Amino acid sequence: MKLYIEKLMIIFNREFTGYFRTPLASIFLLVFLALSAGMTFFMGQFFQRGQADLNSFFVWHPWLFLILMPAIGMRLWAEERKSGTIELLMTLPVTNSQLVLGKFLASWFFTLLAIIMTIPIWITVNYLGEPDNGVIFISYLGSWLMAGCFLSLTSCLSMLTKNQVIAFIVSTISCFIMVMAGFGLVLASVRSWAPLWLTEVIQSFSFLSHFKRIQYGVLDLTTFIFFISMIMICISINIFLVQLKKAD
Amino acid sequence: MNLLEAKNLYKSFGNINAVSDISISLNVGEVIGFLGPNGAGKSTTMKMLTGFLEADSGSIEIKKIDLSKDPINAKSIIGYLPEGAPSYSDMTVKSFLYFVGKMRGLKDELLEKRLEIMLKDINLTEVQNQIIETLSKGYKRRVGIAQALIHDPDILILDEPTDGLDPNQKFEMRKLIKSISKNKGIIISTHILEEVEAVCSRTIIISSGKVLLNKETKDILKNKKENLDSIFRKITK
Repeated sequence: MKLYIEKLMIIFNREFTGYFRTPLASIFLLVFLALSAGMTFFMGQFFQRGQADLNSFFVWHPWLFLILMPAIGMRLWAEERKSGTIELLMTLPVTNSQLVLGKFLASWFFTLLAIIMTIPIWITVNYLGEPDNGVIFISYLGSWLMAGCFLSLTSCLSMLTKNQVIAFIVSTISCFIMVMAGFGLVLASVRSWAPLWLTEVIQSFSFLSHFKRIQYGVLDLTTFIFFISMIMICISINIFLVQLKKAD
Repeated sequence: MNLLEAKNLYKSFGNINAVSDISISLNVGEVIGFLGPNGAGKSTTMKMLTGFLEADSGSIEIKKIDLSKDPINAKSIIGYLPEGAPSYSDMTVKSFLYFVGKMRGLKDELLEKRLEIMLKDINLTEVQNQIIETLSKGYKRRVGIAQALIHDPDILILDEPTDGLDPNQKFEMRKLIKSISKNKGIIISTHILEEVEAVCSRTIIISSGKVLLNKETKDILKNKKENLDSIFRKITK
C-alpha cells in the first residue's frame, strides 16, 4: 500500500507541477478569479442584494466549471497519446489505476488551489455582515466535489482522442448535458411526455440539482454519495479506457 | 544466464497479423539486432516484450518472471527506449530523469548517484537544466537513452536508438551500447545494417511478422560471398 501511494504521489507531483511549467496555471487562475469575482459582484448583484451570504458567488460555479474544468483536464491523456509518452509511462513499473488516480488528483487539487484563492470574497462577506460560515464551508466543499465530477468526466473523455481541442469540446458538451439535466426548462420538457420516474432519474443525475441543495447548506448523504460515486465511476471507466485505447 | 524468453508470440490488429509466431531468447552479454523492413512487426514485438502491448497468444518471461502475471516486477528489470524517444518536453533534462528514476524505485543517494552517472556517461551535463523541448534531436535521443538506463536494468530494449543522429552521434551511441553490453542483454531494432555488424552479437531478421533469420552475426559475416545487406534484400523481398 505504501509503495502504491508512493508511485501515485510521484505521478501526482509531476502532473501538479506540470500546470506551473507552462503559462496554463497563471492564465487559468487569473481567468477563474476574474470571472468568479465579476459574476458575483456584477451579474450576481452581490451588493444590491444586501444579504450576507455567498449565494451570488456559488450560483455561477456550475457554469464556470463547465468551461474551465475541461480546459484543465483536456490534456491529461490526449497529450500523452499524441506525444507518445504514454508508451514510456506504461512501460514503467506502475499500474493503470496509479496513473489515472495520480493524474486526476493533480487536476483536482489544482482546482482546489483556484477555489482557495477566492477566499477574499469570503473575507469580504464576513467584513460586511454576519454570514453563516457553516453554509459557506459546505458550499465550498460541494463546489470542489462538483469540480471533481467535471474533471473525472473530462479525464475519461480525453483518453478517447489524441486531440486536446476535441477533448475540450466533447467534455464541455458532456458537462453541459450533466448540468442541464436538472434545469427547470429541460425537466419541464421531459415531464410532458416521460413518466415521473424517468424525470426523477434525469434530475437525480444532474450536477445542478445536487449543487443547489449544497448551496443552501444541505450536504446530505445522498448528494455526497452522488458526487463521490460519479467521480469513482468516471475513474473506473478511465482505467478501463487506458487499457483499451493505449496503443491506438 | 537467460534474461528474456519469448515464445510463440502472436499479435494482430483487426485483420492484420502484425506478429506471427515470433520467439526470442536473450542472454547476458548478448546484443540482438532486430532487423526488418518498415511494417515488419519490429516495434510491435518490442512493445510486447516491454509489456506495453499484450500478446494475443504466447508467453514472455523476464528473468523467469511471467510478464503477463507479474508485470510490475517484470517491467522493473527492463529499460526501454520507445520509437521516436518520447519524453515530457516541458520538463528539464534533470527533472525528467529524476521523475523516471523515482518511478523506477530509485531514492535519495542512489538516485543522485545514478543521475550523475547518466549525465556524465551520456554527455548530458551541459544541458541538464535545459527544457527538453529546446534540445536538438540528438540530445533528445540521448535523454531517451538515459531514462532507459537510469535504473541500471539487466535488459535494455531500444527501438531505433540511432535514428536521426549524425555520424558522430551514431558512433558515440554504438560505443555506449558496446560498453554497457557486457553484463546486460540488449535488443536493438534498426534499419542500419552496418550498425548490426558493428554492435550486435546476434541478428534476427523479420518480415511480415515472421522470423526469417536468427543467427550469430559472426556466422553471417563468415560468408564471404554474401554480406548482411544482400542477405537482407534476398530474404525480405
